[in-house]
Amino acid sequence: MLIQMIPEIGHFALVVAMLMAAVQAVMPLAGAALRRPLWMAFARPMAAGQFLFVVIAYLCLTASYLFDDFTVANVANNSNSMLPWYYKLSAVWGNHEGSVLLWSLMLAGWSYMAARFSRDLPRDMVARVLGVMGLVGVGFLAFVLVTSNPFDRLLPNAPSDGADLNPLLQDIGLILHPPMLYMGYVGFSVVFAFAIAALLGGRLDAAWTRWARPWTNLAWAFLTVGIALGSWWAYYELGWGGWWFWDPVENASLLPWLTGTALMHSLAVTEKRGSFKSWTVLLAIFTFSLSLLGTFLVRSGVLTSVHAFANDPSRGFFILVLLGITVGLSLLIFALRAPRVSHQVGFNWLSRDALLLINNILLVIMTVTVLMGTVYPLLLDALDLGKISVGPPYFNALFVPLTVIMSIFMGLGPVSRWKRMDGRELVKRLWLSGVAAVVIAAVMPFIIGGEWNLWVALGLVTALWIVLPLVRDLFDKTRNAPTRLAGLKKLSLAHWGMVLGHLGLAVTIVGVAVVSNFAIERNVRMSPGDSVSVAGYTFTMRDLTSRRGPNYIGEGAEFEVRRGDSQRSFFMNPEKRTYIARGMPMSQVALRPGLFRDLYLAMGEDLGDGSWAMRVQYKPFVRWLWLGALLMAAGGALAVADRRYRRLATAKDPEKAVEVRTAGEAPA
Amino acid sequence: MKRRLLLMLPLLGFLVLMLFLYLGLGLNPFHRESKLVQDARAFPAFELSTLEDPERRVDESLIKGEVTLVNVWGEWCPECKREMPQLLDLAERGIRLVGVNWKDTREKGLGFLDEFGDPFVVNVFDPDGELAFELGVYGAPESFLVDADGVIRYHHTGYISPSDLRDTILPEVEKWQ
Repeated sequence: MLIQMIPEIGHFALVVAMLMAAVQAVMPLAGAALRRPLWMAFARPMAAGQFLFVVIAYLCLTASYLFDDFTVANVANNSNSMLPWYYKLSAVWGNHEGSVLLWSLMLAGWSYMAARFSRDLPRDMVARVLGVMGLVGVGFLAFVLVTSNPFDRLLPNAPSDGADLNPLLQDIGLILHPPMLYMGYVGFSVVFAFAIAALLGGRLDAAWTRWARPWTNLAWAFLTVGIALGSWWAYYELGWGGWWFWDPVENASLLPWLTGTALMHSLAVTEKRGSFKSWTVLLAIFTFSLSLLGTFLVRSGVLTSVHAFANDPSRGFFILVLLGITVGLSLLIFALRAPRVSHQVGFNWLSRDALLLINNILLVIMTVTVLMGTVYPLLLDALDLGKISVGPPYFNALFVPLTVIMSIFMGLGPVSRWKRMDGRELVKRLWLSGVAAVVIAAVMPFIIGGEWNLWVALGLVTALWIVLPLVRDLFDKTRNAPTRLAGLKKLSLAHWGMVLGHLGLAVTIVGVAVVSNFAIERNVRMSPGDSVSVAGYTFTMRDLTSRRGPNYIGEGAEFEVRRGDSQRSFFMNPEKRTYIARGMPMSQVALRPGLFRDLYLAMGEDLGDGSWAMRVQYKPFVRWLWLGALLMAAGGALAVADRRYRRLATAKDPEKAVEVRTAGEAPA
Repeated sequence: MKRRLLLMLPLLGFLVLMLFLYLGLGLNPFHRESKLVQDARAFPAFELSTLEDPERRVDESLIKGEVTLVNVWGEWCPECKREMPQLLDLAERGIRLVGVNWKDTREKGLGFLDEFGDPFVVNVFDPDGELAFELGVYGAPESFLVDADGVIRYHHTGYISPSDLRDTILPEVEKWQ
C-alpha cells in the first residue's frame, strides 16, 4: 500500500518544499527590510526544511525507478525492467522532469549549506542571502510542479514495461556529468545571492566578497569538472572522437564558466584592494544569469541540440518568465543600488590590478563571442533576416586568438604586484621564461608529431608562457626561506590553488593544440584477417563476435594491435549494440587510453559479405584536455581549503551554533 | 545621474535579449518555412564540382527540368544516416534527388555513400558551404523541393522521418509535378 503511494508522497513533499521555499523567501527578506529579527530567523530552519522535503521527493522518484513503477509516466518513458539498477538511479535525471528536479535538489542543497556555514555573518545578511535563494527555489519548484511534474501517473492504462533509457545515456559519463554540471550552475546561486544581498543591504564593501569567494571557487570547480566530463563523454560515447562541438548546450555551460572565471578574479581584486566593486557584483549577477539562460536554452528547445530532451513551448515560456523575473529584477536592483560615486582605488597601468582588469575584459569578450554565436541564428530568424549557420569555424576563429591574448596577460599577472609594478623589474623576471617558452615550443612539434606545425607551436608557447613565469615566481618566493621546501610549505593554499588552476589551463591548451593538429583518422572496410596501419600501430581484425547483454544485442570485433615491430600486442574490442526496447543502434568505442596518445576504434556499418566499416583514430595528447580541467578544478577546490576560510567555517561547532542562534533569536 | 543611466545598460541589454528569446519560443527550429520558400525564389546560382568527379563542374541548371529534391548532407551528421532509408525509398519511386555534400571531404563523403547507399543522381561537393549558405541552411540535414522551373517550393528542416515522407514530402512532390 505504502509502496503504491510513493509517487503521491513525493508529489506532496514537493508542494511542501515549495511552500517552505516561499516562506524562506518572503519572511527573511521582509524581516531584513523592516528590521524584525523574528522574521529573519525563519531563514535557516526553512532552508533546512526545504532541502529535507526536496530530498524526500527526489528519493520517492528514485524509488519509483527502482521498483519499476511504470504507472509513473516518467519511469515508463525512461526506464525498463531490464535496465541495470545503477542506470535506473541515473535515469532519474536523464530526462527533462527528473533533471529539473535534480536542479531544485541542488539549489536546496546549496541553500542549506549556505545556511549552515554562515554563522559569523551579520543576521540581516544571512536573511537576505537565504531569502534570495528561497526566491529562486520557489521559481524552480513551481516550474517542476506546474509544467514538469515527474510524478504524473499513466493510469489506468499503464504499460507493462518501460520504453528504456536512451542508450546514449546508459553510461558512467551520464551518471556523473549532469550532477557535476548542475552543482556548478546552481552553486553560482550562492554568490549571486550574496551580491544581491549586498546591494539590498547597501553594504557594498569588501566584506561580502570574502564570504562569497569560497562558494564561487567551489561552484566553479564543479562546473569545470562537469564540462570536462561532458566533453569526455561525447568523445567516447558519440563514436566520432570529437571532444567539443560548439553545440548550443556545450556553449551554454561554457558561458557561466567564462564569467565565473572572471568573477573569481574580480572577487580577488575587490577583497584585496576594494576596487571593481560594482563590476564584481555585476559579474556575480551575470554568471548566475547565464546559468539560468543555459537552463532555458536546453529546456525550451529554442535551439536544436543533441541535448534537447523535450520541446514543449509551455515549459519554455515558464522558464523564460522565471529567467526574466530573476535576472530583470537583479539588474534593476543593480541599476538602482550600485554605488553612484565610484571611488576607485588608484592603480598604475602596469600592476596586478590592471592585468586582472584586462583578463576580465577578455573573458567578457569571449563570453559575448560565444553567446552571439549561440543565439545569432535565433536572432536573425526572429528578425526574419534569413538563416545563417554558425559553426566551429566562427568559434575557433575568434576563440583561439582571444585565448592566446589572454594567456599573454596570464603570464604577467601572477608575478606582478598590486597597485604598481616596475616595468624593468617585470622584464628582468620574465625574459628568460619568454625565451625558454619560444625555444621549447619551436622544437616540440617535431618531437610530438614528427613535423613542424605552427598551431601546435603557438599552443605550446601559450602554455609555457603561462607556466614558466609561475615556476620562476616560486623560486623567487622561496629565496629567503631556510630551505626551498620550507619556503614552498609557507605558501598559502590559495596561492597553490592559483598555481594549479593556471597550470591546468596550460595543460588543456597543450591538449587542444596537439590533438587538433596531429590527430589521424582512417575509415576503412575490414573483414577478419585484414590489417591497417595508423601512426605506427598495426590494427589487425582477428574475429567478429556476437553476444547478448542485459538489454542489448552486441556485435563486436576483436582487434590485435601492435606498435611497430614490437613483440607485445594487445587486444581492442569495439562493439555495435542494438538496444532491444528502442531498437536503437549504438557504437561502443574501444579505447586504449594513454597520457600521450589514445587509440580509438569504432565500428561503423555491417557492409555485408562479412566486412565492416571501421573508424580507426589516433589521438595524441587528448587526455591532457581533461587532465587540465581536473587540475583547474583541483586548484579551485584547494583555494577553498585555505586557512582564512577554514577559520571562518569551523569557528564554532556547526550544530550548536545553528541551535543557539535559532533559539536565541526566537524570543526577540 | 549620468552614471545611474550607465548602470541601467545591463538591464536594457538583457531586456532586448529577452525579447528575442520570447520571439524564438514561437519559432520552431524544425519545420519552419525558410525565407526562400515564402518568396518562392529561384534556386540560387552556384558553380561547384561534383563529389563523384572533381573535374565535373555543375551549376544551377542541374536542378532545372524536373521536380528535384535537393538534400544537404554530410558524413559528420548522424541524422543524415537515419534519413537515408527514406531517401532511398524516394529514389525508388522515381523521384530525382540531388545531394549537396556539405562541409565534408571527398573521401568521407564517398565513404558515406558506400556505407549507406546512394539515392542521388549526382552530388554537389560544397566543402566550404558556399551553396549551403546561399540556400540558408541552418544545419544538416535539410531538403529543398525544387520544381521544373528551378523554383524552391518546399523546405524541410531536419531529418525526414518515414511519416514526414508519407505526409509531407510525397504530397508536395505530387503538387508540383
